[in-house]
Amino acid sequence: MSQLLLDVNGLTMRFGGLVAVNGVNLKVKNRQIVSVIGPNGAGKTTVFNCLSGFYIPTEGSVMLKSEQIAGLKDYQISRKGLVRTFQHVRLFQKMTVIENMLVAQHRHLNTNLFSGLLKTPNYRRLEKDAMEHAAHWLKEVGLLEYANREAGNLAYGQQRRLEIARCMVTQPELLMLDEPAAGLNPNETKELDELIIKLRDEHEISILLIEHDMSLVMGISDHIYVIAQGTPLANGTAEQIKGNPDVIKAYLGEE
Amino acid sequence: MSEFSLYLLQQLINGLTIGSTYALIAIGYTMVYGIIGMINFAHGEIYMIGSYVTFIVIAGLLGMGMVSLPIILIIALVVAMFIASTYGWTVERVAYRPLRGSNRLIPLISAIGMSIFLQNFVVLSQGSRDVALPPQVTGGWSFGDPSLYEVSLSYMQVMIFVITIISMTLLTLFISRSRMGRACRACSEDIGMTNLLGVDTNKIIALTFIVGAALAAIAGLLLGLYYGVVNPFVGFIAGLKAFTAAVLGGIGSIPGAMLGGLILGVTEAMTSAFFPSEYKDVVSFGLLVLILLFRPSGLLGKPEVEKV
Repeated sequence: MSQLLLDVNGLTMRFGGLVAVNGVNLKVKNRQIVSVIGPNGAGKTTVFNCLSGFYIPTEGSVMLKSEQIAGLKDYQISRKGLVRTFQHVRLFQKMTVIENMLVAQHRHLNTNLFSGLLKTPNYRRLEKDAMEHAAHWLKEVGLLEYANREAGNLAYGQQRRLEIARCMVTQPELLMLDEPAAGLNPNETKELDELIIKLRDEHEISILLIEHDMSLVMGISDHIYVIAQGTPLANGTAEQIKGNPDVIKAYLGEE
Repeated sequence: MSEFSLYLLQQLINGLTIGSTYALIAIGYTMVYGIIGMINFAHGEIYMIGSYVTFIVIAGLLGMGMVSLPIILIIALVVAMFIASTYGWTVERVAYRPLRGSNRLIPLISAIGMSIFLQNFVVLSQGSRDVALPPQVTGGWSFGDPSLYEVSLSYMQVMIFVITIISMTLLTLFISRSRMGRACRACSEDIGMTNLLGVDTNKIIALTFIVGAALAAIAGLLLGLYYGVVNPFVGFIAGLKAFTAAVLGGIGSIPGAMLGGLILGVTEAMTSAFFPSEYKDVVSFGLLVLILLFRPSGLLGKPEVEKV
């Protein structure tokens, strides 16, 4: 009964003569956690860049809610409900935590310049709503007490969580996380694990994940796609992937 | 006080007067650089246009028989800010936006072209000779010992200080408190990410040009009234000075532009106090070279971090 949210078919990306991604298919249903794994340089991030509009795929179709999004600009795609994070943290380091959250809601605060200068009642009400929405998400990721800190002064794990919260206030339907656990300690990884599951179960969004931490991936994924050298290698549930000889060969090499 | 210290005080007042107008212009350079990393060389011309509009409006209102000076000045200020902002917005829309995303050098050339275009446009429409306006704001205070040295502080200078302080305060509030200001700061940190979060960054860039041009128009009105003359070429040198001020304070930093403008103005005034006034440009640009050698990111600028 769950519907298809993202449907990628035959995605191919060439840079001159180099084929970085070759015929990748992906399906993400509503309320699903889907992971993309593969050895370094397999083309996982290139897939993400194609889906989020940083690259225009050479071939293939990307359907979000049965609508073609391949070829749209990155901000157009994010407005359609597909929002991503990056391998490295891209917060507004010199702004406070709450300001980071408010910038992400800029578009929803659709007021004109003069109402901002004059602080009209409508402007105040919208700002108050945005503030409450931001506070709600900061609480969800456990950062409410740091609301007035500069984002750059937070610990690394907190910065990672703030990035997720900042994505969430834009009200996405599909959240794409590029190696969210990179650089986190085991404790922080566990918190991240719980957060991702909560996003799916309580907030009813889907998550597409690139991750190297196998225990995280195997523990939370509803479905896993394996890519090696830009080509799809296998897909299935965690159990199926763990036992797949091709996957083991790609990761560990042949004897 | 001794004669010497009174003389220094007078130079300090003169320096701060000029310096605060440099600071007003410098903000336009620094805000645009902070957001799109480009030097808007046509900005000095916007200041010059602000001066011209001020002169035209004041002459027109006086000709119509209006006598109340404060009302004349307020109308001139509003009209000059509006027209200069329109120019600022148009320049961005026509000459810079289509080139965004290309090599950094290309918008720079376009900016120089725009600067030459605007200068010649004013030459053609207004003539290339000096246009003079009789002093409007006259009188002032003088203090000190009349037998030694009398320090004068004119009402015009006081007006420059007051209007500059009000403008800077409003700008600071706008940047730090308002929703648009917040988006401006976000853009200056990471414009790509701001765009991804759904902010219409084109609008924010246009707004930056509008705000910068409005401040340049304020400087145009103040300096135009202070000197009483304007010609189509004043924008070039004033623009260069303001750009120097922005670099001095750390380009991209708004408090830096304010500080840089004041330092530059005072340096110039102090130089012309002791040396022939031709040396003031030598000293101020010499100062720029020294700052760039020993503190390349400027006084309040953050050292450039290579973006990955």
